Amino acid sequence: MKKTSADVLPVEGVYGDEPLLAVDDLHVEFRTRAGIVRAVNGVSYTVNPGETLAVLGESGSGKSVTAQAIMGILDMPPAHIPHGEIRFKGTDLLKLSEEARTQVRGQRIAMIFQDALSALNPVFTVGWQISEMFRVHRGMSKADAMKKAVELMDRVRIPAARQRVNDYPHQFSGGMRQRIMIAMSIALDPEVLIADEPTTALDVTVQAQIMDLLADLQRESQMGLILITHDLGVVADVADKIAVMYAGRIVERASVHDIYRAPAHPYTKGLLESIPRVDLKGQDLYAIKGLPPNLLELPTGCAFHPRCPYRQDNCVTDVPPLYQISGTRGSACHYWREVLDGER
Amino acid sequence: MNEATGQSGHTSALAEAPTPGGLPKAKSGRPASLWSDAWADLRRKPIFLISCGIIAVLVLMAMWPSLFSSVDPFNARTCELATARQLPSAGHPFGRDNLGCDLYARTIYGAANSLVIGISTTIFAALIGGLLGLVAGFFGGATDTVASRVTEIFFAIPSILGALLIGSTFRDSGLGIWLVVISLTVLGWPMTFRIMRAAVITAKSQDFVVAARALGAGPGRIMFRHLLPNALAPVIVVATINLGGFIAAEAALSYLGVGVQPPEISWGLMIADAQRRFLEAPLPLIFPAVFLSITVLAFIMLGDAVRDALDPKLR
Repeated sequence: MKKTSADVLPVEGVYGDEPLLAVDDLHVEFRTRAGIVRAVNGVSYTVNPGETLAVLGESGSGKSVTAQAIMGILDMPPAHIPHGEIRFKGTDLLKLSEEARTQVRGQRIAMIFQDALSALNPVFTVGWQISEMFRVHRGMSKADAMKKAVELMDRVRIPAARQRVNDYPHQFSGGMRQRIMIAMSIALDPEVLIADEPTTALDVTVQAQIMDLLADLQRESQMGLILITHDLGVVADVADKIAVMYAGRIVERASVHDIYRAPAHPYTKGLLESIPRVDLKGQDLYAIKGLPPNLLELPTGCAFHPRCPYRQDNCVTDVPPLYQISGTRGSACHYWREVLDGER
Repeated sequence: MNEATGQSGHTSALAEAPTPGGLPKAKSGRPASLWSDAWADLRRKPIFLISCGIIAVLVLMAMWPSLFSSVDPFNARTCELATARQLPSAGHPFGRDNLGCDLYARTIYGAANSLVIGISTTIFAALIGGLLGLVAGFFGGATDTVASRVTEIFFAIPSILGALLIGSTFRDSGLGIWLVVISLTVLGWPMTFRIMRAAVITAKSQDFVVAARALGAGPGRIMFRHLLPNALAPVIVVATINLGGFIAAEAALSYLGVGVQPPEISWGLMIADAQRRFLEAPLPLIFPAVFLSITVLAFIMLGDAVRDALDPKLR
């Protein structure tokens, strides 16, 4: 067999007790003229093979920036990573050279984006773009790479893949485009796949199909999947564990089951209550009061305190650590017991 | 689970297979590229065919002028001062110019210099400006600043003055028409630079470039595979339109006496010669001017057709 570039990847190192991917106390800030925007303030999470981690949070919570830091596609400057580690199989990606990181991108860790139309190059056919992955990284001939592209399009369940391989991205529907994006991202069998709001731009029926597809692909290949979303409904069936982010911090970490049964952070609780429910038809939809925090001037203490129904005096002054509730479950709320018990 | 999987595949086929854009299935089976699709599109365009026809005739004229005219205008014996400004007659369809030379032959032979100067200047200006613009737009920062300032210096030179200066300074260099090419290139590349840089900056901020990076494309690949093809269309359009402009500029320079030098023949020179007696004999000016206009127009029409074909979204 031809020696492929995957064999000579720079990421080696100890990989025993280490998780597949570990983000450890990551800080990301953007130095702008208006001041320092602290987008990520000490985020830690891990993903293991075959595991799905859902990162949940509203716009500006830092969930996408964390993902971009993992991929190394942040524009630096203005972005800076003053502190933290991103370990892939025990190797800190932040310490690798740019060439080494390019080797990791796409081959070991891949990413799919929210809007597949703008994420696909408009001037090349989808077949060309998928097969490019094989030509560039695996040194395949054009014909072989094209064959693999058709196979991949079949694998992501694009009907009549053979006929459509020479169509341009704009000739596909939204759901089909996202499938093409997924095909490109899994082309080189990455070990970690980051899906940044993969279904946000799609309508509800197609959302479910894309989530099914991701779940199936993950089962087949045992990838670690990081699913970034602001939609609690999307993650319920697919995710194993959830990290809820607010103002660049993880405020709650739990298994899917625990979080739906009893959230331990007022923000998670608010998110769950703001999902429309059939049995509450006709009533006003709950909304978390107030606005997301200004990242230039984060509130003192707990960043959520201006919007929190459980607020006490010490919330304004003391930053809550991620209290351990049980096992891997944690909540960054001084009053997690009250939240968990449903007292208000 | 398998059943559910099968089902979701099935519903997706039902829900999404008949996309409106999926109609042109006839062209499947061959590796379609941007360029081959653009070509398929162009072949059916009357504007493209007409402009290509005109340009083809012009190229023939430039390469084998003797096909069109049996008179050799470089042979002084074909000119007779006594017949100066003669009106069209048998054997001399355009009449004769101020020196009694055959106007038709001179007009035909003038195509070569116009086309060579126009095409070479366009190629050089597009290469220099395009490459610099790609690099400046992609790397940004200090690279961009330096390149942009240098471009502005060149932009600040009034083009006719600059070309006059270069043309008269190096008049004796023996470069002939290539001196015109050089001076027009020196003054013409900043336009391509600006357009390429702007197009690259626009393309760079688009998601597919970030996505390409996220899927492991290196800087070279991003520049030449993702940015260049997406930024090329405006450059090609401007280059083709500029080609007409360069041909016109050559005429202007020749008219002013720093372009093509006699005994070479060029439309600009012919216009300059004819202008002095225009009121009594308008034809020696009108014929080269009409040829010049048609040539410039043909390239502008070509540029327009190519732009439409290169933008998949317009199809």
